[in-house]
Amino acid sequence: MIRVELVKLVRRPRSWVSIVLLCGLPVVAAVFVAVTHLTPPPGQGPTLLSAVLSNGSLYPAAALAIVLPIFLPVAVAVVAGDSIAGEAGAGMLRYLLARPVGRTRLLVAKLIALVVYTVTAVVAVALSAYVTGRLLFGSEPVAVTNSGGATPTIIAAHAAATTLSGTALTPADILARTLGSIAFIAASMLGVGAIALFLSTITDSSLGAALGALAALVTSQVLVTLNAAASVSPYLPTRYWLAWVDFFREPILWRNIERGFAVQGVYVVVLLGAAWANFATKDITS
Amino acid sequence: MIVTRALTKRYGRVLAVDRVDLDVREGDRYGFLGPNGSGKTTVVRMLLGLVYATSGEIEVMGRPVPSRVSEVLPQVGALVESPSGYGHLSGRANLALIDAAGRAGPRRTRRRRIAEALDRVGLGGVDNRAVKKYSLGMRQRLGLAAALLRAPRLLVLDEPTNGLDPQGIREIRDLLAELNAGGTTVFLSSHQLSEVEQLCSRVGIVNRGRLVVQQDLDELRTPTGRVVLRTQDADRAAALLDGRVERRDGDRLVVAAADPAEVNAGLVAAGVRVLEIGPERRSLEELMLSVTGSGSDRIASGPEPGEAG
Repeated sequence: MIRVELVKLVRRPRSWVSIVLLCGLPVVAAVFVAVTHLTPPPGQGPTLLSAVLSNGSLYPAAALAIVLPIFLPVAVAVVAGDSIAGEAGAGMLRYLLARPVGRTRLLVAKLIALVVYTVTAVVAVALSAYVTGRLLFGSEPVAVTNSGGATPTIIAAHAAATTLSGTALTPADILARTLGSIAFIAASMLGVGAIALFLSTITDSSLGAALGALAALVTSQVLVTLNAAASVSPYLPTRYWLAWVDFFREPILWRNIERGFAVQGVYVVVLLGAAWANFATKDITS
Repeated sequence: MIVTRALTKRYGRVLAVDRVDLDVREGDRYGFLGPNGSGKTTVVRMLLGLVYATSGEIEVMGRPVPSRVSEVLPQVGALVESPSGYGHLSGRANLALIDAAGRAGPRRTRRRRIAEALDRVGLGGVDNRAVKKYSLGMRQRLGLAAALLRAPRLLVLDEPTNGLDPQGIREIRDLLAELNAGGTTVFLSSHQLSEVEQLCSRVGIVNRGRLVVQQDLDELRTPTGRVVLRTQDADRAAALLDGRVERRDGDRLVVAAADPAEVNAGLVAAGVRVLEIGPERRSLEELMLSVTGSGSDRIASGPEPGEAG
């Protein structure tokens, strides 16, 4: 069944179009930055974008920062929201279950396809951004300092030598930190996927499930920025979304990264449990 | 093959299926009839483990459903309501995906089995166009092909001839009769009387969720002990058959008599010209109309006559 779901994913034009679009946006942004050499000053605008002029290898992280707020969650929510509700809407759910495909098996296969899609999308963005970055930007060594601000400061190494005591980043360092970011962002997106997958077992409309998941994210995002809601903010799904930039601090600030993984883990486990409980006992009338 | 005991399904306050006791025997061509909204599809879905019963028991091929439905379904081919497919894929690709889903059919024989199933339903020469470009009749055939992929022992078909032209309906009927002759039990849910009358050996009729009739079709159509005749000399015939004429409708007489030949001989001997004569049989349509009301898709204005509260 897992194979069948992967085949469906691969043969679905939507999967590829969405990934190409996801990869396209950072490329467009890179072209503008490379042509104009105008970057937001450190601490403003998309994280890390200011540093990429010096070293293109940092661009994957910057590209993920560009797609993270909207495009990536939308793509994941659409695919996850479609998983069960899409089959129901196409009238295929009853035929799959009468095949028979066990309901739990179907859900697990859908989940695996979703994980594959999410990881592929994140990795594809990172890879295409790496190529773009190496082609368009420099490859000066960079150093990372921890100024304690909202975003880490990455500066060209020669500047670091003259200003603060930064630690030079080797290419291996950048790779490791980027891989960490990819894992973290993929985990955050699985949290989104779990919300959409759960909703997908409730409704027969894949659009409804996807929009429901996005509504949940927007709600979470509004509450995160609201001081009055500070008491619940550590438990909100988007609270630690941006914690991956802590991979680019020296030393790496693990506290929020760990919390981010933990929060997403809880959301994924609870929502998948709810999705399973609902789907396994549901009357299929679609 | 299929046995249900007091099968009941309640959706909130609506009683969709009410204590249904189905009995489908091996080798039957079972017609499951009922007006729209009478609960046919809910019963079919419960047989396949898609909808869970509120109470009552189901046994398919001797195994309880839904608890052991996964052992039963590999031997069942199903067409539930309308056929469906992934619109962007070809018919063959759809069948391959369906075949690979769940307990996959043997992969080595997949191509051959798909080709055979397509041949059987008359789509053998279909090209690679996407299913969303199929006509309704082609989709119906594709749905049947999917049901036939694994040579099922039991076919559960819900309105299989929907969207087919008369030629197609006849082809499908012949196909089902052929499969049945080969040992496949056919359970056909339909609201089309002619379809059931021409194919089935046994019928069950549901109305408002209750099974009101379940009988062999031959038994239903045994002569009623009356003779129907038409004659130009209706007045003379009525006089001759004095007292035995139960109903008269223009030149058509219904006579209480078991043997049409005897009635005929009497009339002809007296010089009455007989146009048509034969034993009265109940048609399925008469039976159906006598045991069911109008379907739930008819919503009359005001309270329905004869219905309390």
